Amino acid sequence: MNYNVNEKGYYGEFGGAYIPEMLYPNVEELRQNYLKVMAEPEFQKEFDQLLKDYVGRPSPLYFAKRLSEKYNTKIYLKREDLNHTGAHKINNTIGQILMAKRLGKHRIIAETGAGQHGVATATVCALMGLECIVYMGEIDIARQAPNVARMKMLGATVVPALSGSRTLKDATNEAIRDWINNPVNTHYIIGSAIGPHPYPDMVTKFQSVISEEIKWQLKEHEGRENPDYVVACIGGGSNAAGTYYHYLHEDDVNIIAVEAAGLGVDSGESAATSVLGKEGIIHGCKTLLMQTNDGQITEPYSISAGLDYPGVGPMHAHLCKTGRAEFMAITDDDAMKAGLKLCELEGIIPAIESSHALAIFEQKTFKPDDIVVMSLSGRGDKDLNTYINYFNL
Amino acid sequence: MNRINKKLKEDKKLLSIYFTAGYPNINDTVSIIQDLEKNGIDMIEIGLPFSDPLADGPTIQASSTQALKNGMTSEVLFNQLKDIRQSVQIPLIIMGYFNPMFQYGVEAFCKKCQEIGIDGLIIPDLPVDVYHEKYQAIFEKYGLINVFLITPQTSDERIRYIDSISNGFIYMVSSASTTGAKVGFGEEQTKYFERIGNMNLNNPQIIGFGISNNQTFTQATQYAKGAIIGSAFVKHVTNQGINTLDKFVNSVLNND
Repeated sequence: MNYNVNEKGYYGEFGGAYIPEMLYPNVEELRQNYLKVMAEPEFQKEFDQLLKDYVGRPSPLYFAKRLSEKYNTKIYLKREDLNHTGAHKINNTIGQILMAKRLGKHRIIAETGAGQHGVATATVCALMGLECIVYMGEIDIARQAPNVARMKMLGATVVPALSGSRTLKDATNEAIRDWINNPVNTHYIIGSAIGPHPYPDMVTKFQSVISEEIKWQLKEHEGRENPDYVVACIGGGSNAAGTYYHYLHEDDVNIIAVEAAGLGVDSGESAATSVLGKEGIIHGCKTLLMQTNDGQITEPYSISAGLDYPGVGPMHAHLCKTGRAEFMAITDDDAMKAGLKLCELEGIIPAIESSHALAIFEQKTFKPDDIVVMSLSGRGDKDLNTYINYFNL
Repeated sequence: MNRINKKLKEDKKLLSIYFTAGYPNINDTVSIIQDLEKNGIDMIEIGLPFSDPLADGPTIQASSTQALKNGMTSEVLFNQLKDIRQSVQIPLIIMGYFNPMFQYGVEAFCKKCQEIGIDGLIIPDLPVDVYHEKYQAIFEKYGLINVFLITPQTSDERIRYIDSISNGFIYMVSSASTTGAKVGFGEEQTKYFERIGNMNLNNPQIIGFGISNNQTFTQATQYAKGAIIGSAFVKHVTNQGINTLDKFVNSVLNND
């Protein structure tokens, strides 16, 4: 079984480029060039250098001793939270800003939900001196004020998305509409492993540095490259895609994907796409999608803004359908408790997205000698208000 | 012969109108269609609303959101249209995004269209190659014409390819934009219209996006077989309701 994208842009039956003709020249230009550009030694060198000197890679692979003792297994945390700007998002924005420069684009647009991808995009635009416009739902702007301020300090223009539910899905629609209206000079930096081909593959490849490092780091710790499990939380799925990438075809490595169950998978307030979604088309790709019987896209819910998306990247839809990955769903409450537990046991305040992944240890029992590598996709600074309100701190 | 092909053979410039089904009220669909035909419109695009219309600007987005709130679905629309051919003769096209059709089942959707007397479909986010590989045979089985878009950025090679797959008309998007974003044409557009005109394509072209009144209709039809008005019509309905459609149509056709 092949879990990578095929030459037509599909993962099994998922993926493709379901875009209006107005976007075709942009997406086609990218499709024809992205692999060529990424293979250029100069590009590689610049990308690696920035990841090292600017982002602070490699991020540590940390053996979480007290957490391991509590759950009687061996848990390693891949510390993406220690990256510049506080999450894995910057791996992709560094790659895509270099791509945009190679393609001669000088205007950058992006969508953002919680603001992490917006901040990561604004950051690299400041670094490269490029114009940056970030679309963000009006509701998210109100509840993520610190990240809005960060983007502004970094020189970005934050445009409120006023349509639909005024959250991430609508911000993505607005960014796509901007791209339709600015077809020549603009590059759209999509923040997750979604969108029309080649985006899911390109984003996955930029994020694959995560599993590339895990391999040699785990070898140093344990004398072997392959853990028994790799675990990551999934919204659109970019940190998960990067965490799994080099293990997709390693049969001895189990893959676990953790979705947000919100108030409960059957509560009507959930973002567990693998359970609640059906095959459909969102933001340019065929994937699993939460929708009505009539094919209207529905509103997801999660306490975590980063997992609050009605679809999932096409690669993950394929991993789900083929059974290559085990999908688990974690509620708001269980995620919040797991986040606090990590603070107490390891002195690390995780992003609420990552807390969802941490919560699986309460639900699933691992063997004492199992090696479980979990992506700690981001740090919890941005979520402080949510933690304060939830725990009455 | 399909009503679209027959209409395209008429010796006149065509005016086509887009409206959002289920807007402003859920049951306005049939009366809008009848009224437009009575006032001399040549062809109608019935918009099947979608929650996330990527290619549309604020006007059509808002009408779609309202139509969905009003309860519009594929099934409701088909029910409203089931007797439409008893009163309406002009070509009818359903325009909508792919996901609702995909959920309905592409073949079931096409079959229903044929039963009702729908002549064609415009699906902006169904790529030409996917249509060609997976759905063209189904569309043809049910006698439906699928209409593709081209834009000023579409290469000549791709236009030739689209022309070869098309069997009705080509929807010429006047400028790189979402619907309702720009009004009127500049030099850039007229150059593009001329370029396409000189390609001698097999399928006639109808220009859409940026057409709102007699002046832009006249300008567009200098270069093409016809023109499509969408956002400007939806705006008219929003502001003045559905009882003065004659005024709108006359102002476009007769400049009064």
